[in-house]
Amino acid sequence: MNIAIYIMLASTLSMAISGVPGLLFSRRSMTGQWIATLLNLLATLLGIVALLTFVSGGYHSENMAWPWTLPWGGFAVGIDTITVLFLMPILGVFLLGSIYAMAYWKQTQHPDNGRKLRFCWGLMNAGMMMVVLARDGVLFLMAWEIMALAAFFLITTEDHNPCVREAGWIYLIAAHIGMIALVAMFVLLRLTAGSFELWMTIPSSVPQGMTAAIFLLALAGFGLKAGIMPLHVWLPGAHANAPSHVSALFSGVMLNVGIYGLVRIGEIMTVPPLWWGATLLIIGAGSAVAGMIFAVCQNDYKGLLAYSSIENMGIICIGLGLATIGRTCHRSDLVLLGLGGALFHILNHSLFKPLLFLGAGNILHATNTRKIDALGGLAGKMPVTAGLFFMGSLAICGLPGLNGFLSEWLIYLGLLRTAIAAHVDTLVWISLAVPALAITGALAVAGFVKLFGSVFLGNKRSAEVDHAHDPGAGTLAPLAILALGCVALALFPELIIPLLVSAAHAWAPQMIASTASFGSLAPLQEMAKLNVGLLIGGTAFLLLLGIVRQQKLRAAIPTWSCGFARPVARMQYTGASFSRMLAQLFTWMIPVKPAVPPEGRYVPQPAQWTQDVPDTVLDRGLIPGFALVQRLLERFRPLQNKPVNVYLAYMLAILLLLLLALCF
Amino acid sequence: MFYNVINPLIHLGLLVAMPPLLPGVINKTKAFVAGRKGPPLLQPYFDIYKLLRKDMVISSATTWIFQAAPVVTLAATLLAGLLVPFGPFAAPIHFTGDLILFVYLFGLARFFTTSAALDTGSSFEGMGAAREVTFACLSEAAVLLGLLVLVRLSGSFSLTPMLLAPLAHPPEAPVLLAAAGLFIVLLSENCRIPVDDPNTHLELTMIHEVMVLDHSGPLLGLINYGSAMKLFVLSALVLHLLVPFHIGMPVADWVLFLVEMIAMAGVIGMVESFMARLQMRHVPTLLAAASLLCGFGFVLMVR
Repeated sequence: MNIAIYIMLASTLSMAISGVPGLLFSRRSMTGQWIATLLNLLATLLGIVALLTFVSGGYHSENMAWPWTLPWGGFAVGIDTITVLFLMPILGVFLLGSIYAMAYWKQTQHPDNGRKLRFCWGLMNAGMMMVVLARDGVLFLMAWEIMALAAFFLITTEDHNPCVREAGWIYLIAAHIGMIALVAMFVLLRLTAGSFELWMTIPSSVPQGMTAAIFLLALAGFGLKAGIMPLHVWLPGAHANAPSHVSALFSGVMLNVGIYGLVRIGEIMTVPPLWWGATLLIIGAGSAVAGMIFAVCQNDYKGLLAYSSIENMGIICIGLGLATIGRTCHRSDLVLLGLGGALFHILNHSLFKPLLFLGAGNILHATNTRKIDALGGLAGKMPVTAGLFFMGSLAICGLPGLNGFLSEWLIYLGLLRTAIAAHVDTLVWISLAVPALAITGALAVAGFVKLFGSVFLGNKRSAEVDHAHDPGAGTLAPLAILALGCVALALFPELIIPLLVSAAHAWAPQMIASTASFGSLAPLQEMAKLNVGLLIGGTAFLLLLGIVRQQKLRAAIPTWSCGFARPVARMQYTGASFSRMLAQLFTWMIPVKPAVPPEGRYVPQPAQWTQDVPDTVLDRGLIPGFALVQRLLERFRPLQNKPVNVYLAYMLAILLLLLLALCF
Repeated sequence: MFYNVINPLIHLGLLVAMPPLLPGVINKTKAFVAGRKGPPLLQPYFDIYKLLRKDMVISSATTWIFQAAPVVTLAATLLAGLLVPFGPFAAPIHFTGDLILFVYLFGLARFFTTSAALDTGSSFEGMGAAREVTFACLSEAAVLLGLLVLVRLSGSFSLTPMLLAPLAHPPEAPVLLAAAGLFIVLLSENCRIPVDDPNTHLELTMIHEVMVLDHSGPLLGLINYGSAMKLFVLSALVLHLLVPFHIGMPVADWVLFLVEMIAMAGVIGMVESFMARLQMRHVPTLLAAASLLCGFGFVLMVR
């Protein structure tokens, strides 16, 4: 019986239609939003039931197929552990985002775009569900396109704003370039495998050029969706300009779908060539380091979070590359640690990144600005948001005590195992990704200290902060649940280990036994115990400190400001000055340009200082590049504006040329 | 059997009691070279004791993070200290992959220290925090490259076997290169000359001291104690590479470890006496050199 699939399809349907009833209600009525949220709740509950059915059934993969009337493909769906691991974040973030939107994006406050938002919200999630469930190429592409288009309308929710329109436009172009690559990839897959059935293993007799083309097209198509550098150009703008719960969904879930494709592509060859894994590993390491360098330099807190997603996708790609290399070299330890770490990190990222984006939504709602340097001192005004945001920051930096550390640790251990490979083995060079990961970790600390310190700590930098306060419980609850998830995974990784092992078994059945364990490779349990110790010890220390503080606190006075009689908040270090030193180390990579005010001849002019943080690939590469192409193509414009008879002459000429071509 | 119980206890005892001695030795060495008498050897202990008894004054701009930071930093350093073997004895806590935990615990400490610095809203402390996180990016790469050399040499992924394995060999070029790299990181992470001068307080060139300007009383005491402990832990780690031999009798080995640690502090004091502080803009070059040394060590082993 394929009960899990049926329930999961019902859940998908419930998602897809969740926004439809709302279209029938008045623009100023909350009824539609309530119905949508209840349908979302229903979808998630059904999804959880399906997941439990799957888990209690012993992780047996199930497949179903129905014929349809389209000329190609069929409605084939399936569920296995890898699918399940990607379904979990979709279901969770989807529901929490809907609940958050009940207060954050009320229909009564956004009568113009609330209904459109909810319609596309449900559709996009249903699309993502179908992408991971699909076992047929045509169905996959259709679901993919629904997801991509719905995402476009979600980004452009506030389409009266030109920045939003531009971000949406860039996203749409990028998404469709990715789509072209994927269509080409599925055509090639069909040529090699003979059907659109997914995800079949390609026979080893297929020529190398063909498999290489499939891999590169997949890398382009899925890499664009996952935001791997240098294909990330659409990501920062889209994440920063969408409503915050949509950003949370994009970052926590939609990027994962790109990774899902890369995981599946690693599976299609029994023994992939070494360069597949090496490519994934190198672009992963590059994305991780460069993504975080870009993140540190941002002046927009949502932009910083967006670039940090690129970094995390890079870390996941490192794990995936390691697992692919393990497949090539028949090293089950590398597969287990690499794939296990990558999948675990996906789950973790789907917990802490939505947490941070929803927290950013609270800040934006309270202060109406996205500029880091306009804020400060928010911890006093919104203590709950500050506490939860702090936890998210610790988790995303991969610091011990929370879940981010465990997944990065698995990837580290996998990479370290390559360091002891034999001399002649090229494998040993793989371990040089270890320092790259370390730099990423240190950069992440820099970035999130900048973000948290400048936004929540210190003194307020502008009047926007004055009236800020914590939002209501309905808006804080989703954040709290995500934070609890971070703690739970840190303390009880054994909840997730069987799923990871089963996924590794499904991914490489000939190498990983279904009874394999992390035990000897990575003592996750020991580490979890240490985490418990860290958290208990930390809390105890803090309580003790509270007592000491009661007795020892003499006075609270303004910060010592080096002898200035009247310190003002503007004297604080800003976020931009905090990251300036790091930015200067990397000016060759990200040309951060401060606009220095003109000097007055005799009397100083009123000075104002701004800083522009371009995206090197987009603003320095693609936009000038496309402008150049446009200039070249404009040369052909004279051919275009002609009377009909000239057009007929063109046609004749082309026809003659084709006939001539046929002759030869 | 007896030593299985007593060695971890000695380890913990030394880790808790000995750290403030090292700054004392360093100061004494510097005073000796400069021809001064210098403060008493135990002055850091007196200072910490005095600070712990005092009342404190805190900035009204700060939040709980400002007060949590010294505690978390100390706790993270203590845990890191339990992962490093002292002398030839296994560390009290050791398991596969603890080296990553070791490195990331210092990351945790850094997150809290720098956040606390930004918490005061002072431009000085922000400056120090910015420098701390910037230099950490470079030194973390060096640390992991250095540890990579040891991983390859020992074939294990836990600090205890990694650091005790070189004992079997005479020191080889890769180990010496890694040791040099890690020694630079030791100086930089503990904010010693040539990266930072722990004695100045009003220069625009300092890192660690400037971040704790607003801490006072018991909090400052905890910070001073924590930074002494960090120096102790990192010195114990680097010692394994610099002096990879032991006697074989537990009592003698513990004594040897004590002597080595004091000698290490003396060496740091000599470095401080004979070197000037680098210009701030040259520090990244020094740290990059540390990474290169460790990386070169790794390449030598792969060739």
